[in-house]
Amino acid sequence: MESIFNIVPIQYYIFISAVLFCIGILGVLFRRNSIIIFMSIELMLNAVNLLLVAFSTYHNDASGQVFVFFVMAVAAAEVAVGLAILVTIFRNVHTVDIDELKSLKN
Amino acid sequence: MSLTLIAFLFLSLVAVFCGLMTVLSKNPIHSVIYLIGCFFAIAGHYLLLNAQFLAVVHIIVYAGAIMVLFLFTLMLMNLNKESEKHKAAIARIGAVIAAGAMMLVLVAVLKRADSLAIPSTQNIAIGTIENLGRVLLNEYLFPFEFASVLLLSAMIGAVLLAKKDHQKAA
Repeated sequence: MESIFNIVPIQYYIFISAVLFCIGILGVLFRRNSIIIFMSIELMLNAVNLLLVAFSTYHNDASGQVFVFFVMAVAAAEVAVGLAILVTIFRNVHTVDIDELKSLKN
Repeated sequence: MSLTLIAFLFLSLVAVFCGLMTVLSKNPIHSVIYLIGCFFAIAGHYLLLNAQFLAVVHIIVYAGAIMVLFLFTLMLMNLNKESEKHKAAIARIGAVIAAGAMMLVLVAVLKRADSLAIPSTQNIAIGTIENLGRVLLNEYLFPFEFASVLLLSAMIGAVLLAKKDHQKAA
């Protein structure tokens, strides 16, 4: 089968991943709701996953796709623990606004 | 323009638009919905890249499990209203500048990278369950087992954290 990279150059995949990653960065810096910040982190992880799969296909090597599985496992663990922490915080201080959660400061 | 290129451009457009709306929409529920759209677009990219099994797993894990977890948490905390205050204007401008500068650096560096020779043929069988399972359980058996330990500890940690404090309740 003809390689997809004759039609869509690998650079396009690099650029789309970079754009998605930077949108994730923007979300982390821009928002105050910590749940949205978690979602932006998911977006960044997905940008990296997309690039891993693209290079895995590029090199005809399945290792890249196996790494995506590990990234997914870590993302799932991170979300589960992070959201549990957020629920606990919300129960105590009734907000998830990161600008309000600064009691470590003083 | 071939159909593949059109599909790629369409999926990229959807992914970037949904990603931006995730960050910019005021209502957190809308953010979740847009993020699910973005994940579907990325799954379409996986299909284009002949990673069929990964596309299915991506939909199941992200759209099916993780985003449902987000939705449950949002509903649980009653945050499904547009009550979030904005950051200070200077912080927001700084955020946009930082993200834009990061993108500029990434694109400028990667544009000049030498590209390798494109392999003339593509092995379609790479993304099948059979092949991925073989690689996962032969070369990556040890990390695979550790992923299970990680998930178990995350599960225990989440349950411990979210459980009500019994001493306080008594």
